[in-house]
Amino acid sequence: MKFTLSWLKRHLETEAGAAAIAERLTMLGIEVESLEDPAEALADFTVGRVVAAEPHPNADRLKLCRVEAGGGAVLQIVCGAPNAREGIKVVLATPGARIPANGECLKKGKIRGVESEGMMCSWRELGLGEDHAGIAELDPGAPVGAPVGTVLDLDPVFDVAVTPNRPDWLGVRGIARDLAAAGLGALRPMPVAPVPARIASPIQVRLEFTPETANACPQFAGRYIRGVRNGDSPEWLKRWLLAVGLRPISALVDITNFFAIDQARPLHVFDADKISGDIRARLARPGERVDALNGKTYELDESVTVIADEAGARALGGVIGGEDSGCTEATVNVFLESALFDPTRTAATGRRLNIESDARHRFERGVDPASAVPAMEMATRMILDLCGGEPSEPVIAGAEPDWRRGVPLRPARVRALGGVEVSDRRCVEILAALGCTVREGDGGLEVSPPSWRGDIEGEHDLVEEVVRINGYDNIPVATLPRAPMPQPVLTQIQRRTGWARRDLAARGLVETVTGSVRPTAHAALFGGGRPELMLANPISSDLDAMRPSLLPNLMAAAGRNADRGLRDVALFEVGPAFEGARPEDQRRVVAGLRAGRTGPRHWARAPREVDVFDAKADALAALAAAGAAVDNLRVEAEAPEWYHPGIAGTLKLGPKVLARFGALHPRMLRAMDLKGPMVGFEVFLDAIPPAKPRPTKARPLLNASPLQPVERDFAFVMGREVPAEAAVRAARGADLLIADVAVFDLYEGDKVGPDLKSLALAVTLQPSERTLTDEEIDAVSEKVVQAVAKATGGRLRG
Amino acid sequence: MDDVSRLREALMAEVAAAESLEALEGVRVSALGKKGRITGLMKGLGGMDPDERRAAGQALNALKDAVAEAIEARRAALEDAALDARVAAERVDVTLPARPEAPGRVHPISQTIDELVAIFAQMGFAVAEGPDIEDDFHNFTALNFPPEHPARLMHDTFFLPEDEDGARLLLRTHTSPVQIRTMQTQPPPVRIVAPGRTYRCDSDMTHTPMFHQIEGLVVDESTHMGHLKGVLIEFVRAYFEVEDVPVRFRPSFFPFTEPSAEMDIGCSRAGGELKIGAGDDWLEILGCGMVHPNVLSACGIDPERYQGFAFGLGVERVAMLKYGIPDLRTFFESDLRWLRHYGFLPLDVPTLAGGLTR
Repeated sequence: MKFTLSWLKRHLETEAGAAAIAERLTMLGIEVESLEDPAEALADFTVGRVVAAEPHPNADRLKLCRVEAGGGAVLQIVCGAPNAREGIKVVLATPGARIPANGECLKKGKIRGVESEGMMCSWRELGLGEDHAGIAELDPGAPVGAPVGTVLDLDPVFDVAVTPNRPDWLGVRGIARDLAAAGLGALRPMPVAPVPARIASPIQVRLEFTPETANACPQFAGRYIRGVRNGDSPEWLKRWLLAVGLRPISALVDITNFFAIDQARPLHVFDADKISGDIRARLARPGERVDALNGKTYELDESVTVIADEAGARALGGVIGGEDSGCTEATVNVFLESALFDPTRTAATGRRLNIESDARHRFERGVDPASAVPAMEMATRMILDLCGGEPSEPVIAGAEPDWRRGVPLRPARVRALGGVEVSDRRCVEILAALGCTVREGDGGLEVSPPSWRGDIEGEHDLVEEVVRINGYDNIPVATLPRAPMPQPVLTQIQRRTGWARRDLAARGLVETVTGSVRPTAHAALFGGGRPELMLANPISSDLDAMRPSLLPNLMAAAGRNADRGLRDVALFEVGPAFEGARPEDQRRVVAGLRAGRTGPRHWARAPREVDVFDAKADALAALAAAGAAVDNLRVEAEAPEWYHPGIAGTLKLGPKVLARFGALHPRMLRAMDLKGPMVGFEVFLDAIPPAKPRPTKARPLLNASPLQPVERDFAFVMGREVPAEAAVRAARGADLLIADVAVFDLYEGDKVGPDLKSLALAVTLQPSERTLTDEEIDAVSEKVVQAVAKATGGRLRG
Repeated sequence: MDDVSRLREALMAEVAAAESLEALEGVRVSALGKKGRITGLMKGLGGMDPDERRAAGQALNALKDAVAEAIEARRAALEDAALDARVAAERVDVTLPARPEAPGRVHPISQTIDELVAIFAQMGFAVAEGPDIEDDFHNFTALNFPPEHPARLMHDTFFLPEDEDGARLLLRTHTSPVQIRTMQTQPPPVRIVAPGRTYRCDSDMTHTPMFHQIEGLVVDESTHMGHLKGVLIEFVRAYFEVEDVPVRFRPSFFPFTEPSAEMDIGCSRAGGELKIGAGDDWLEILGCGMVHPNVLSACGIDPERYQGFAFGLGVERVAMLKYGIPDLRTFFESDLRWLRHYGFLPLDVPTLAGGLTR
């Protein structure tokens, strides 16, 4: 919404300058997006008077002028302008002034041997027009020495953003009213004088709605005016419209635009001679068409309000006028429309037909329901003033909707909600200034908001008005009471998430954040892409499915990095994966991916390709950091289809899947056009059982034996398919003295025969009471051999 | 000079002359071994009478101790010399690079959320969460967005398909539905912040279809706009780590708050560089306001008894402002160079005690 300072002053009597007004607008909630003030650039320029203009002694085309500046000073100025002559008032620049047109600083100088103490400027040099034929001539009454900005009609232009709750701010008068309420001036009265009829209207108006659809257009006020001359608008109107970005077209059209900006009141003027029969407002008939003013033809349905005549629809009510019923220079008889249209229906029509107009913008936010008749009267007066003609009686169909309501305000609520002390009297003053009628009632005020403030519904709205006009700056800052010692606030899973994140980062993985929405093709590869998880209105066709897993995102990210030459990638993400659309189907997942090699080439240590055990280690570390009892987890050699079927596993606690890890399936890499090797893991944080609450933070007592542990090595030959974990578990459980079992070698090859492997275990015995004898150690060793044999079918390697 | 004295002299000379540990061991064996010279003399003691034996025995023992001591001293000297010689021969080019380690990083969004939580936790705010896939009620209706209202259309909402009843789920356009979920399940007093992913159907230089917000909500019987100002002023000063950063609260409009405000902080743009703090310009930082009574009612909370405030801000936005990150879109590109440059070290856990930022 744009307006100029002089337009504002049509409604607001104020001495305030543009900057002060902009500041106040901001603090009233009217965001000033820009303020262009041409006077700012002219601060250095004053009014001068040429007291003498004589020929330059050394140049035919130049004149030597004596120019009266402020304070009795007379300057000698050399000037080449043909119109430089005695007696005219000019725009005077003295050395130091910056010329707006070229940004240069004026210096004292000699021109053809004669000193020149200043410069008289052209309009073009001032940035105020194209005229450069001579110097600018000011009004003869302009006081010498006065700043030029004060004598020129320089109109600062405000561009403000209006929040959707305040359609009254889409008119200059609404903005002026708030400024007046905030003490920045006085709102000028705007009396409405009914215009007496001179003729009878040949056109009547009918509202043809059912009771259910009557709110589409509850009131239509019109007027027939005979014998107008639709010429150019007066200069002031053209200048104002141009300043706010509207092209002047003709007086009749300009008048309707003027009312939209001036009072947030859209109007329409039909060329009455192009209307056949009476005018009716009704819903469109299916398939009905309108040729609109924007040159386009719209096919309508029954949801659209049209203004029609006997022949059919001529305009879209509240949105746009019709091409063939509009006013032209030849128009002599007109019918003025000042109607009310339903915001919801207007918005729906505009949206569906994709029409942006000033009328739609205002009607869909809500036009003052009491404005139809007064606006019709004021517009009639303006048409008569600018175009002449003879008006008919008002033609009014429907009635003003009942907008009157009482809203109670307990002034104590201003303090309770707003936190600021505002006296009852001041509350009344503010609300009255905003146009409310305020009556003292039992225990509070009874407030009747004005017709243009449909946003005021309850007491809280009145509190806001009082607090807002009184100024948010005047609310004293208060400290929210809080516990003397901050309390822990994170939930267990929130803490676990943080631990897993920082642990993985400490392990060398780099955290990333990627989108929750993936291409369907990728989602489908990872068990997703179901219809209920597809976006109905994706931003592009390759971002349309809620991600079932974080892995495809990380894989694609690794691919993008590889394209930049960074092939060794270790990435992880903490975020949601979607198994369904319900809140409980959203999983909290930590996923990671390693690709390429373990690091750069190095003189002391060669990097290797990443493998499944990197992913397993990451998964176990994340689980441990997140508080899972990793020693109790079972590893199963199974995983969903996006993992390599032979090189992947699942970490389970009972039946619960806590994590998965493995090499990514080569088919997935191929489908996403990626190069391997890539290994990844997914940890389901929400599957980790909650920790049992403990009565104390004390740890169990350390039972460190003073006796040295004993280590014995065993090599077992067993079937290749036997999981190593079975041998380790068996050995671990063989005797209470066994504190640890480690796998230190694996051999598959000729020396053990086909389908067999040799698995070497280091078993640590921890005596607790006395040093073990050889016999005791041998007895435990025998138990280990027995247990492993029983569990795996393995035998000691000979 | 008796035999013992001569032997002592001879052995001491041999010890001193031993040039290696092997030679020294030879001296030791020849003196103290089973067939050694001192050992041999010791054996001769048996044939002496008691007095003679005592005197000779004492002399021999003294000799034995003296020789053993000399050998040990010589051994220590030889070992030192050998060690010196070995160390003198050992050389490594210590300018060679150490074995590489690849430290990971925490994403700026995670770090910023941790910072925000650290600040608000200090003021007693818990952390609440909600689903990314929301329904119309939680995202709009309960937040006092009337159907068809223009404010609702300002949110470019991603929708999921319609179900049989014509209802459709959506991706939350803000974290405000967490307000609703919290108030539905927790009686006042409520004091929460809710960080999370949000989605809008918008993509250009300054918008990404996914971004992060953090929501704040306080509901009790007495919290008013003065408290709102107090909490948010403390927040911006703590977060930006700038004492006395100027702030202003401007009236604004959100359907779910009344009165509503936008908070600006002071900044300067001198020389094209944005600096938070005193300056001649303002920077919009967040939206806030008193919780609308319709919102409280929608959650079954009596607005005559309870009141409070809510606020919401963009996580990426404040991260960009604080850390000078120029482009929003880069947050989601997973560019390792960017992540390593703007990411945070894993042990840089933000605390107010230690200062939020290193």
